[in-house]
Amino acid sequence: MPWIDACATEDIDAEDLIRFDHGGATYAIYHGVDSKFYATAGKCTHEDVHLSGGLVMDYVVECPKHNGQFDYRTGEAKRLPACVNLKTFPVKVEGDRVWIEV
Amino acid sequence: MGKRDYSLFGPDAKRAVESGLTAAEWYHSEVPRKVMKELMTRSDGPAIRDTVLLYGLMVLFAALGIALWPSWWSAPFWLAYGVLYGSASDSRWHECSHGTAFRTPWMNDLVYQIASFMIMRNSATWRWSHARHHSETYFVGRDPEIAIMRPTEMAKLILNFAGILDVLKFIPNLVQNALTGPTAAERTFVPQAEWPKVQRVAQVHLCIYLATLALAVATQSILPLMIVGLPRLYGAWHHVMTGLLQHGGLADNVIDHRLNSRTVLMNPISRFIYWNMNYHVEHHMFPMVPYHALPRLHEIIKDDLPAPNRSIAEGFREMWPAIKRQLAHEDYFLKRDLPATAKPYREDFHQYVPGMMPAAE
Repeated sequence: MPWIDACATEDIDAEDLIRFDHGGATYAIYHGVDSKFYATAGKCTHEDVHLSGGLVMDYVVECPKHNGQFDYRTGEAKRLPACVNLKTFPVKVEGDRVWIEV
Repeated sequence: MGKRDYSLFGPDAKRAVESGLTAAEWYHSEVPRKVMKELMTRSDGPAIRDTVLLYGLMVLFAALGIALWPSWWSAPFWLAYGVLYGSASDSRWHECSHGTAFRTPWMNDLVYQIASFMIMRNSATWRWSHARHHSETYFVGRDPEIAIMRPTEMAKLILNFAGILDVLKFIPNLVQNALTGPTAAERTFVPQAEWPKVQRVAQVHLCIYLATLALAVATQSILPLMIVGLPRLYGAWHHVMTGLLQHGGLADNVIDHRLNSRTVLMNPISRFIYWNMNYHVEHHMFPMVPYHALPRLHEIIKDDLPAPNRSIAEGFREMWPAIKRQLAHEDYFLKRDLPATAKPYREDFHQYVPGMMPAAE
């Protein structure tokens, strides 16, 4: 699977996320509290809502619409109404760039 | 648009899906990401303070009511207890269902369960109905929480200030949920995995009501029911009054909360009971902002919103004539002016799907 240059490390504040669109798909890229970067599918599995408007708390991202929560490291759904896990993608950092494998 | 069918299985429900309305993206006022993160930040402090105050006052008023029972001198204390039981529970149920009131999840869940019982809502069902209400606010046939249907049945609207219709609907629903799980309509928005939970919650609620009733019969007194159950009737008026203002007389089938929701500035007591849900446009636009941050959010985006009503009375003066007009003209709705600083209403979608939002008169 190809690695895609998604953003600069400085584009995402610590404990935050941004939206990244590529090839007709949308992703969420996170700057975790452990200073590592993570990537998941960009929309909540409950409804068609971009997670990029949501809140990152520790290792949890919360959907901005209905409060569904996911562990963005594993994609695990942590709170209703989210029942289906979020897809995750491998991430690597080279220099000051964040790459994701899609 | 013609006569509306609010059934979750009706032609309007089908049309909302087929037209693309349910998949459309809602309008949001612009708020810088850093500011929004600050606004969404969770905290336990305000909700613990308010919850201790709420339950403390309920215990105090109930104790005074019991002490003075059966004298009429107990009446003011029952009225105060009733509003906290039958109205403040609505806002606590609401905020805790969003999971935003407290930072600590178990605190949200605990207050949510208590409030759900008091407001007579199945905690497992209504979490899902409210999710739908936010996704598809006032989409006819899709939103299960439309309080004012068109044309409004005025007698029912007025009866519900005493909670009568809600309770009459709740009791058979509770029994059915306890015996067989969710109703057919509830199964359209509650995932199947949650159906056993709906049944368990109903069984617990039913047991508490039966025990209270048994105590009342055993003691030959309605006093137990004055504490559990009846306050949902005699204390409902405040949550009905504020709830009607949320969307009454405004547009349906739109994707801009400025067209279908109303912000009303209120006195501090009503704001405590209502937990700041008077900032209703702001809440619908950004539902993850906790209740205690809504006044700050209002200040940030107010230039993009219609002017708020300045009091409950002013809100009713605006809403009531519109509801009455809808009796004869079902498609009529209030379209309030936006300030010059605001972005135009999002109506492009409705031009694309003719008939979904008729023009205001």
